[in-house]
Amino acid sequence: MTGTHPLILAGSAAETTRLVAYWILAIMSVAAAVGMVLARRAVHCAALLAVVMLSLAGFYVMLGAPFLAFVQIIVYTGAVLMLFLFVLMIVGISAADSIIETIRGQRMWAALTGIALLVLLSLVIGHAVIGPAAPNSAKFGNANVTSLANLIFTKYLYPFEITSALLITAALGAMVLAHRERTAPKLTQRELAARRIASGRPTPLPGPGTYARHNGAAMPALLPDGSQSELSVSPVLSGRPGETPRELPGGPAAATSGPQTARSLAGPPSAPGGQEAGEQ
Amino acid sequence: MVSPAHFIALSVILFVIGAVGVLVRRNAIVVFMCVELMLNAANLAFVAFARLHGALDGQVIAFFVMVVAAAEVVVGLAILTAIFRARRSASVDDASLMKY
Repeated sequence: MTGTHPLILAGSAAETTRLVAYWILAIMSVAAAVGMVLARRAVHCAALLAVVMLSLAGFYVMLGAPFLAFVQIIVYTGAVLMLFLFVLMIVGISAADSIIETIRGQRMWAALTGIALLVLLSLVIGHAVIGPAAPNSAKFGNANVTSLANLIFTKYLYPFEITSALLITAALGAMVLAHRERTAPKLTQRELAARRIASGRPTPLPGPGTYARHNGAAMPALLPDGSQSELSVSPVLSGRPGETPRELPGGPAAATSGPQTARSLAGPPSAPGGQEAGEQ
Repeated sequence: MVSPAHFIALSVILFVIGAVGVLVRRNAIVVFMCVELMLNAANLAFVAFARLHGALDGQVIAFFVMVVAAAEVVVGLAILTAIFRARRSASVDDASLMKY
């Protein structure tokens, strides 16, 4: 067995290893795929999709496609999934999927369609005679990249060239689609400054609180009167379900809303418990 | 012994899961992710068949599928951001102005 990749070993021990690796990766990928369909939050879906893609890279290695395995990790997990995450950050990380069915009985029909598709494909696969793999050769080992390059640049040269046209079109299309036409003239520094002064709050927003026990960005800052400043917490954080701004230990119970808090900066320290909460 | 049939069966399962996800989910980004899952499942079948036949053509096709998937994601996500900018929503149910 000269010229084969060390990952593709012969012998029964190696076969057992491959079988164990296959089942671990198979269970992991199917579980992650099911979780991706069931997860409510899009970020969780993206993370589970990364698990599926990485286990598919493992399958490619087992099938003698080391080049595709690395392309899978670099292009899919690295580039495509990062693009997904970028768009998720733009669109809103807190946007959970609604569980309301807009079409009546849609879930049931989708499940039935899925089962029907599974049965159909299983019948097709079951009726086909899928023999054992072809005898191992260097094409699936060390010479994988050179053999692929030979194929791409001879037999598949025209599809490969057309791919470049596709990529250029896609890049141009993405630029055109993501381009925003400016409908109003760009604001100058002077106009921005005037707008800021006129807004009634010329200073920057207060930062989040930093305390001995908590310094998370979700902790509101304390004002001189002991009340909490809602302005110091990003609305993205306070808007998350189950992530209401936490009460400080020993802090005042009544959290005032944003504008009042901002105005109470100038007010006298009247709220009780301000001294205790101020100790750090 | 792991035969190509194992991988083809797995690709069928992953493809069906992706198809159900496309049908069930309402967030357009998650629908895209499920489409990616279906493409990946098809890729797995291609690579398994390449191993079965001892020829590399399946791997070349899988490579092309990856390229097309990358292009598709770029354009699709650009459309999504454009829709989100206009409607402040990424749900597939909200883009229904041409329905009536």
